[in-house]
Amino acid sequence: MQCHSGATTTLKANAVKRVAVIGMPNTGKSTLFNRITGANAAVANWPGMTVDILRANVKVNNETVEFVDLPGIYDLNGFSDDEKVVQKFLETFPVDLIVVVINASQIDRQILLPLQIKALGLPAVVLLNMADEAKRYGISIDITKLNADLKMPTLLISAKYGQGHTRLMEAISQALRNSTESYQVVDLKNHLAEQRVDHSQLESFLHESVQMPSLIQMTFTNRVDQVLMHPIWGIPLFFLSMLGVFWIIWNIGIPAQKGAGNVTNWLLNNIIQPVISPMPEGVKDFLVNGVWNGVATVASFVPLIIVFFFAMAILEDSGYLSRAAYIMDALMSRVGLDGRAFVMQMMGFGCNVPALMATRVIRSRTMRILSMLVITFSLCSARLAVYVFIIAAIFPKEQGPFILFSLYVLSFAAAFLAAAFFSRLEIFKSTEPFVLELPPYRLPTIRQVFLRGWGELKHFMSRATGFIVLGCVAVWFLTNFPVGAKGLDTLGGQLGVLMQPIMNPIGINPQLTLALIFGFVAKEVVVGSLAVIYAMNADAVAHQMAMTITPIQAYSFCIFCLLYTPCLTTVATFKAESKSWNYTILSLATSLGYAWICSLIFYQGALLLGFK
Amino acid sequence: MTLAELRVGQFAVVESVETGLHGQGLKNRLEAMGIFPGKTIRVLRKAAMGGPLGVRVGSTTEIAIRSKEAALVVLKPNHT
Repeated sequence: MQCHSGATTTLKANAVKRVAVIGMPNTGKSTLFNRITGANAAVANWPGMTVDILRANVKVNNETVEFVDLPGIYDLNGFSDDEKVVQKFLETFPVDLIVVVINASQIDRQILLPLQIKALGLPAVVLLNMADEAKRYGISIDITKLNADLKMPTLLISAKYGQGHTRLMEAISQALRNSTESYQVVDLKNHLAEQRVDHSQLESFLHESVQMPSLIQMTFTNRVDQVLMHPIWGIPLFFLSMLGVFWIIWNIGIPAQKGAGNVTNWLLNNIIQPVISPMPEGVKDFLVNGVWNGVATVASFVPLIIVFFFAMAILEDSGYLSRAAYIMDALMSRVGLDGRAFVMQMMGFGCNVPALMATRVIRSRTMRILSMLVITFSLCSARLAVYVFIIAAIFPKEQGPFILFSLYVLSFAAAFLAAAFFSRLEIFKSTEPFVLELPPYRLPTIRQVFLRGWGELKHFMSRATGFIVLGCVAVWFLTNFPVGAKGLDTLGGQLGVLMQPIMNPIGINPQLTLALIFGFVAKEVVVGSLAVIYAMNADAVAHQMAMTITPIQAYSFCIFCLLYTPCLTTVATFKAESKSWNYTILSLATSLGYAWICSLIFYQGALLLGFK
Repeated sequence: MTLAELRVGQFAVVESVETGLHGQGLKNRLEAMGIFPGKTIRVLRKAAMGGPLGVRVGSTTEIAIRSKEAALVVLKPNHT
């Protein structure tokens, strides 16, 4: 049975009741969703929807209920991609209940969403989140009055600290018990155009129930911002704090990486080796040096990635990253980007993959693609591992830190130059407006940081594992055939020799060429593959390289390594995020060409200047 | 007078938001951030080198906005 009532069609109740969670960005909606679903949410495939939408099943009233986390939106009637996704979702999939999350301290403007939901005639529970923050601001909310005015169950909660959780679950279960029908919105835009919720109504609606604080109130955030967002001190303070973050990542992440290496070695020696010992020699070699090497490489990166994501989660949840975007915007606007792109470039120093995913917040497609193109030049932690090895092998010890620092500077300069070049092209012209919320500084809870980090790590692992294991298997094949061949006589060695006409002018020998080919899969493979290519152990390889490779050849190799394709995972992410093969191929081609030209200029220039 | 011309520390009341070259989309976004007629607004700071403005909308919302976009926000005259 169907019947129309205003904007919605009511249908027979969904077999599994569906609750859609809606809210503005920065309202703690995801934290709340995690609380309700216990972090069991997974990306689901919704036919016709272009972005990932999380869903999870939760038992309410002894019944399975599906909770859906819709993207954060400012206006149900809006024009952004996320807003269109929410509109389309409500028009396509019947819902039984809406949970609207708003930031209680910004109720003066966020009340818009509940009023729009009401105008559409959808059943809803309204959650005024961040009650603790609203209290600190000195906002007084008469919840009973508001409840009566909205005619929807309305609760003050704090998802971050779990305050009001029992009451909100009760309100949801009560609302679900009362609902006997599912609602599907028909022509949302038209209906909201007719029943327009005017902004001038917001103030009068809240007039009797909400008291906002004084306009001149100075908060803790304001005082901190006077220093951190200072026109002169802001920039050096920003770089100092970034330095601090990297210091933490290196000093916890890199030793932890060694620890993970010890664990995988122990597993290899004590479990894997005994189990496979009855197998024939060739199979054993394949399993250990091909497959297991791949697994161990991924595993060794887990601690670094965990530390990196935790640090990023803390930075982001604290509210500082949006200040960084404010500080760097003037500079970035000169190369067709904005302050947010700079922040993502910094995230790329840990790993390019999450940085590419973070560009989702940029609405203009051209600016987003431009940001993605330059993020691949960020000196990620995997490249760092290559540099640490090469620099230690070739350069005098006291020069090491300076060589490494020069590569970081180069990474920035290369990204900046590339953006300056692309932004002059007609296809990369964009007029993306820059309007960004600056949320108050917040202390992230351990739970929040852990959930965020864990979620991102799962994402990374599922993507990285396949590629790196495949890559290591490929290295094994190319360096073990024809049977009995060693070094340059193997298939891979032959490939390196074949590439010499291109690689010789930039000072890269066949062995290093082969390592670069493997590095295309993942930079993590480079150092390990050198051992296989030279058919020596790591120490002997370092010695052999010191004898045969000059410092300028080594630096040319480092430049190439910095600028060409970071890894297959990055390519796959680029494709998934850009949804375009053309741009993915453009990224591949420019980075290869850029790498070759920069290495050529450096190597030939250095030769001309008489360096050996 | 527009928001882009408001001096640091000064208050003003929003009169209207123009659509400009970004059309209804940006206007909607600004309104959702609280910049709609009748709202009191204040420039807290300006970034160096012609960078964005730090603006407080009402008493609890703070945003960064480039002066190009701030020029779309028309303010009521004669307000101190």
